[in-house]
Amino acid sequence: MISVRLKNWLDSGTPYIWLNAGAVSVSVLLVVGLLTLIAVRGLGHFWPKAIAEFEYTDAAASITRIVGEIVEQENVPRARLAEIDARIPDNAEYIDRYLIKTGNRDHLGMDFRWVVATGMSDLAYPEDLVAIERREWGNMYGSLLALKIDGKEDASAGSPVWERFQQAIASTQLLHDQIEYIEKDLIGDINYRIERLRLRQNRLAMSGTNNQLALEQIKQEQQTLQQQFDSYTEELSGLYAQLAQYSITVRISDGTEVELSLGQVVRAYQPNAMSIFGKIHFYIEKLWEFVSDEPREANTEGGIFPAIFGTVMMVLIMSILVTPFGVIAAVYLREYAKQGMLVRIIRIAVNNLAGVPSVVYGVFGLGFFVYFIGGNIDELFFSDTLPSPTFGTPGLLWASLTLAILTVPVVIVSTEEGLSRVPRSIREGSLALGATKAETLMRTVLPMTASAMMTGLILAIARAAGEVAPLMMVGVVKLAPSLPLDGHMPFLHLERKFMHLGFHIYDVGFQSPNVEAARPLVFATAMLLVLIIIFLNLAAIHIRNKLREKYRASEQH
Amino acid sequence: MLQSSISQMSRNDMNQQEEQQRNVRTHAIDPDIINKPSNRAMLDNEKICIEVNNFSFYYGHNQALKSVNLKIPEKRVTAFIGPSGCGKSTLLRCFNRMNDLIDHVRVEGEVTLHAQNIFDKSVNVSELRRRVGMVFQKPNPFPKSIYENVAYGLRIQGIKNRRVLDEAVEKSLRSAALWEEVKDRLDANAMGLSGGQQQRLVIARAIAIEPEVLLLDEPASALDPISTLKIEELIYELKSKYTIVIVTHNMQQAARVSDYTAYMYLGELIEFNDTSTLFTKPWQKMTEDYITGRHG
Repeated sequence: MISVRLKNWLDSGTPYIWLNAGAVSVSVLLVVGLLTLIAVRGLGHFWPKAIAEFEYTDAAASITRIVGEIVEQENVPRARLAEIDARIPDNAEYIDRYLIKTGNRDHLGMDFRWVVATGMSDLAYPEDLVAIERREWGNMYGSLLALKIDGKEDASAGSPVWERFQQAIASTQLLHDQIEYIEKDLIGDINYRIERLRLRQNRLAMSGTNNQLALEQIKQEQQTLQQQFDSYTEELSGLYAQLAQYSITVRISDGTEVELSLGQVVRAYQPNAMSIFGKIHFYIEKLWEFVSDEPREANTEGGIFPAIFGTVMMVLIMSILVTPFGVIAAVYLREYAKQGMLVRIIRIAVNNLAGVPSVVYGVFGLGFFVYFIGGNIDELFFSDTLPSPTFGTPGLLWASLTLAILTVPVVIVSTEEGLSRVPRSIREGSLALGATKAETLMRTVLPMTASAMMTGLILAIARAAGEVAPLMMVGVVKLAPSLPLDGHMPFLHLERKFMHLGFHIYDVGFQSPNVEAARPLVFATAMLLVLIIIFLNLAAIHIRNKLREKYRASEQH
Repeated sequence: MLQSSISQMSRNDMNQQEEQQRNVRTHAIDPDIINKPSNRAMLDNEKICIEVNNFSFYYGHNQALKSVNLKIPEKRVTAFIGPSGCGKSTLLRCFNRMNDLIDHVRVEGEVTLHAQNIFDKSVNVSELRRRVGMVFQKPNPFPKSIYENVAYGLRIQGIKNRRVLDEAVEKSLRSAALWEEVKDRLDANAMGLSGGQQQRLVIARAIAIEPEVLLLDEPASALDPISTLKIEELIYELKSKYTIVIVTHNMQQAARVSDYTAYMYLGELIEFNDTSTLFTKPWQKMTEDYITGRHG
């Protein structure tokens, strides 16, 4: 009886529907869970955390005062701690311990410290505690004592020291922006032009002609540039002197009073005194800094804009390279090549290319593109700069090309599929009007295949944007001095090295000197990478749907 | 009228012989029948457009057309009838060399268009197809606007002048009796038209490049009766300007629209005559069986 019902139930197909639904929900859960995890861990990093202050009695019974953010709480079995800390009470099975971000790396020797809950006493969150983000050495925590201008305490204004400090930060920030502008843009430009002149000189010397007039001209230009350079350095030293006027005195956790130049300060805040709106404002500001600014302190602070830019740039160039290449190959394979054994073998080979480990492509890219093609380009067109290579070294172009090769099978396969879906009647209709095969392809068949090409491109982007391994060999670096796009001719510098979000994750997570500080950034960067891939895909899907709408016929027949 | 009376006369002259022939009633193709002249149409007063001489056609080893001889008169409607697989579509598609697209085909004999063999090596196939337009069984408009569909052939020829295109589009759509229905939405996608409209659009597209011959491969078989009627009226209108060859399964349609009719069976031309004679007094027993519905 039961077996009959079981058989009926099996025959009805219900278990398979449940199986399918189960598989789908597990996948959805995994994806949602993954995204939630990286979002929570990544986005939480920018929220201003309260600064705690407490007395801590450590295992050696010496008492220290600790000031810092409580970053993490852990529940540890007693047995693990009892060995190193005799004060652990016998009755507790689990003990809380906290990871405290104490900052002040330059004075205390480390940023983070684990403390056991039993040793903590007098925990308080005083409102006057200040967190100061510095350009070097990480955060500083302590209480602000005084603001000094030219070494003298500035008490004239009468307003509280905190307000004067904020005003001073604003004015030093202005000075800092000015310095950065002069250093990066103006002096960078002069350096660029001096380098160009040097190359011109080299060329003249190599060509052997003794063109005194040209040499003279170069010399003159060099002189004017040098003069400009000198005037800028003078201006800079003035600005630096102004910046050095401001300093503050801070008392840090161990009671010492520390002098800090304001030129070192990025921003300062009192998280314990902040209102919720103040915190939200601060949060948005930090988030914006993260996506729009350049990294500081070995990528563990500041933003990741160059990595975002590099990733998007590389994917775009890859798309521009891979689409025509894949489409032309697919058109030849499907429309022109005589279908037979050879074409079948080629097709199988193309399909299998998609399965080659990506790092193999990296090695190929390095050997073939960078050293062989790049080296030859240098010899032919950039011989004046040799032995320092221009294209004969990893760079954006080679990275994009390597990824284009990696993804071209996807584009070929989906374009071929699209071509085979164009109904024969449409081709015949075009041919019957006197169009040649090529005209039929260009005017009718290829436009109808456009959505299939876009599908291929979407898959290619999804694959390429996430690749890291091959890029490490053909162009990605930890810190690129300049973006591949700037104001100097020819604006797009394909030979430059670039930063990439995927590599940034690896670098910050595993190569960073300060792992604890960097860990939240790993999650935040991972989330950004996922968002960018989603965005690129959505854009491509949007274009494809538009095309599909336009050439609806291919779906109808 | 004149033609039919001539054929009437010729028929009377040869009455005796033919009476004997007609008494041989058989379904299989009797060599005796085939060897007799099947071509009974009197074309002395017609200009000949296409001439098929001892034409055979092979798909691989499979012979689809067997030594066909046929003359298609200019500015008349010629219908090909016969059961499925008799080779009428194959013959039609040979006239603009559409069969070139299929692998492993072979031809023997010749087909001439105004005395030039279209299978000659010197013939430019695209040029030939401009002169011999074709409309297929299923409407196959391009997924473009109505305007672009009609202008397609002209654009292929490199015509870019907007005014020329506009005029040609309007003229072709008027000729195809579609202008009134679509003049307000020329930029709409052609796939949005009804089946009958699509088929008239395809005809407009074919006549926009002003071919000499229009080949219609069962143009109304996928359409409803009203659309069919419109297409038939259109064919009647168009024959003053174009030589039309139509393949049809519908014998009433052949009788209504055509001036001449050819009956084919198993790759052979069984009988070719002016339509009224073929349908009223078929020469061959097989033809009579087919048109009366006893065969095929």
